Amino acid sequence: MNKEFVKFDKVDKSYDGKTLVVKDLQLDIEEGEFVTMLGPSGSGKTTCLMMLAGFETPTHGEIYLDGKAISSIPPHKRGIGMVFQNYALFPHMTVYENLAFPLRVRKIPKDEADKKIDKALSMVSLQGFADRMPGQLSGGQQQRVAVARSLVFDPQLVLMDEPLGALDKNLRESMQYEIKHIHESIGVTVVYVTHDQSEALTMSNRIAVFNDGKVQQLSSPDELYEKPVNSFVAEFIGENNTFAGEVSDISGGKCKVKVANTEILANPISVKGKGEKTKISLRPERALINPSDKMDNIHSGKIEEVIYHGDHTRVRINLLGNNEFILKVPNSSANMDIKLGKDIKIGWNSDDARALDPK
Amino acid sequence: MSSETKQILTTDGIPLEVSLKKAERRNKIKAFLLVAPLLLFLIITYVFPIGDMLMRSVDDKMVTEMLPKTFKAMEKWDGKELPEEEVFEAFYLDFRQLVDEKREGKLSTQLNYTKNGFKSIIKKLRRKSKSFEEGNYKEQIMAVHKRWADVEYWKAIKRRAPAFTGQKYLKGMDMYKNENGEIVSVEEDRRIHRILWLRTLEIAFFVTLFCFLMAYPIAHLLATLPMKYSNLLMICVLLPFWTSLLVRTASWMILLQQQGVVNDFFVGIGLVADDARPEMMYNKTGTYVAMTQILLPFMVLPLYSVMKTISPSLMRAGKSLGGTPIVAFWKVYFPLTIPGIGAGCLLCFILAIGYYITPALVGGASGTLISNQIAFHMKSTLDWSFASAMGLMLLSGVLVIYWLYNKIVGIDNIKLG
Repeated sequence: MNKEFVKFDKVDKSYDGKTLVVKDLQLDIEEGEFVTMLGPSGSGKTTCLMMLAGFETPTHGEIYLDGKAISSIPPHKRGIGMVFQNYALFPHMTVYENLAFPLRVRKIPKDEADKKIDKALSMVSLQGFADRMPGQLSGGQQQRVAVARSLVFDPQLVLMDEPLGALDKNLRESMQYEIKHIHESIGVTVVYVTHDQSEALTMSNRIAVFNDGKVQQLSSPDELYEKPVNSFVAEFIGENNTFAGEVSDISGGKCKVKVANTEILANPISVKGKGEKTKISLRPERALINPSDKMDNIHSGKIEEVIYHGDHTRVRINLLGNNEFILKVPNSSANMDIKLGKDIKIGWNSDDARALDPK
Repeated sequence: MSSETKQILTTDGIPLEVSLKKAERRNKIKAFLLVAPLLLFLIITYVFPIGDMLMRSVDDKMVTEMLPKTFKAMEKWDGKELPEEEVFEAFYLDFRQLVDEKREGKLSTQLNYTKNGFKSIIKKLRRKSKSFEEGNYKEQIMAVHKRWADVEYWKAIKRRAPAFTGQKYLKGMDMYKNENGEIVSVEEDRRIHRILWLRTLEIAFFVTLFCFLMAYPIAHLLATLPMKYSNLLMICVLLPFWTSLLVRTASWMILLQQQGVVNDFFVGIGLVADDARPEMMYNKTGTYVAMTQILLPFMVLPLYSVMKTISPSLMRAGKSLGGTPIVAFWKVYFPLTIPGIGAGCLLCFILAIGYYITPALVGGASGTLISNQIAFHMKSTLDWSFASAMGLMLLSGVLVIYWLYNKIVGIDNIKLG
């Protein structure tokens, strides 16, 4: 497997010559990988995708596809499949003609093309829809046609630009699995852009979190969630409790952080020495009520709000001056004594409390 | 509704359908009252004049009313030999009446349209008829002039008997009904209308084509440029649109005349010699240039409104799937603009085919259109029925184009904005 199938090498992009939309981007994508570019709007992720597709040119730096520099190759010669945000199906062509378009321009003989189209349509379970016009299809079906069209000419690389954005929640979830399965079965390299983190977590081998034109972290979904390297990633992915404080001691892989007259024992990730400002990140499910004595952080707080969520209850607690501390408590009979206004003890392991940049 | 379905009643026991109609009647009346002024206006300003035009174009009552007794007597005449005494008598009585009312001049003009040579013999008849004796009018009239004894002239009178005629339409096509009732073309050197019709079609076609060729890139630019530039460009397109037609045509006259700005420029850069300045006005060139400029917005706007709705990602999709920019344009973008092309071309063509002021001012002799001929008959010859007939021919021509367009492209495919 080619480790550097797609390579962004020190890519800068500016539209107006004053601000950089993409800053010094360094990104390698392995062959056969499903990589998601995740980030808030305006973070540069779509720009990166457009540069890869050839609709935008890098202001500086080079992009390599399978070892070849592609900046000077026009989009139609790159052989990259693409699924657009609004599907971009050709409304005046039938599903068959839409799928035949990339094959016709490649001058593939008709019988071979028909075979490929059949295969692509069965891959997205749309056999029998070949003669429909896109307007006669539902959003989910159009989406599948768009996926089939991007794959029908056997590209090595497929780009998807928020393809599920226009679908409703249920359909979106089932399409996520479907795209994931297609990727697994044909082994094509996929670069996927989304601002929906659950989508990214579900589908990807690796996720590149974008913010401010930079990749903040590139790692597997679990690592991204469990081990965010900075405050932005911790905040952006999943739910997060934070404590702002100052490092008072650092030794033996642990640090003490002074927060609201007490000290929290934490895992130093981006702090180096005493006196540094930091923000501690703690996932809601890592903090427990009724903690065992083994936990090295035990504090007490007052319950401010209790929201019932069926399988679990969200409890908002005023803890160490943080009024927004969230706990997720499984709904079992042992936890029935959570009442508004009550003081409870909460504990967590110092490994889970990551001391990150103060931002 | 199947027979098993029970009629649904409201809580008061009134059938639901009745109740619904009642509830909606009020709104329907309101809606009708709202459109009533416009409807009335349209009937007065559009339906009546067109109807009047139609009547006028086929109306031939004038002669019918001037010679009532004659035509009644002629009903029995077989139209082969000279008519009997009673026809002559009836004609004499009608004629005396006209002379008393001093209307015999109009009769001579009208009959002269049908057959040349009536003018002088009617004048002569008026003079001589004062001294006619009672009885045996046939001989007395035939004695006035030998043409009165010619059966062809009596046939010509009989041809004017019907109150309605299609001869103006035939004239519009340079044709007429000859003595034997056959429809034939006029002599080659007198066929002016056919040339005008063909020229009108030709100019309308080419003006539409030029408009299309120029408007397509402009509209594309308008639809794809960022807002601040496209607004400016839009104003550039619309500014001439808001300027008076006459002013624009006049400015073309200033530009195009032989001592005009364009010619001065050509001479200035040495493209043409000073004494060989090309004529760009008072011919077809002038009409083409001025009409294309004036009709351009009518092509730009429908095209723009269609192009605006085409997502830019479609072209990108075409390219990412491997189509060269030309293929992506031709297979993806262009087919999607067809509704706009259809609307723009139809609009331009229909406007061009009836264009009047511009060709009248810059067209000269070789650049005028059928509408100028219509105006000529309305203002100069006062042959309103002929002008009406040609106007209706133009109108039906437009309707035929519309119908053809509907057959070929489909009218619901049209998009005006």
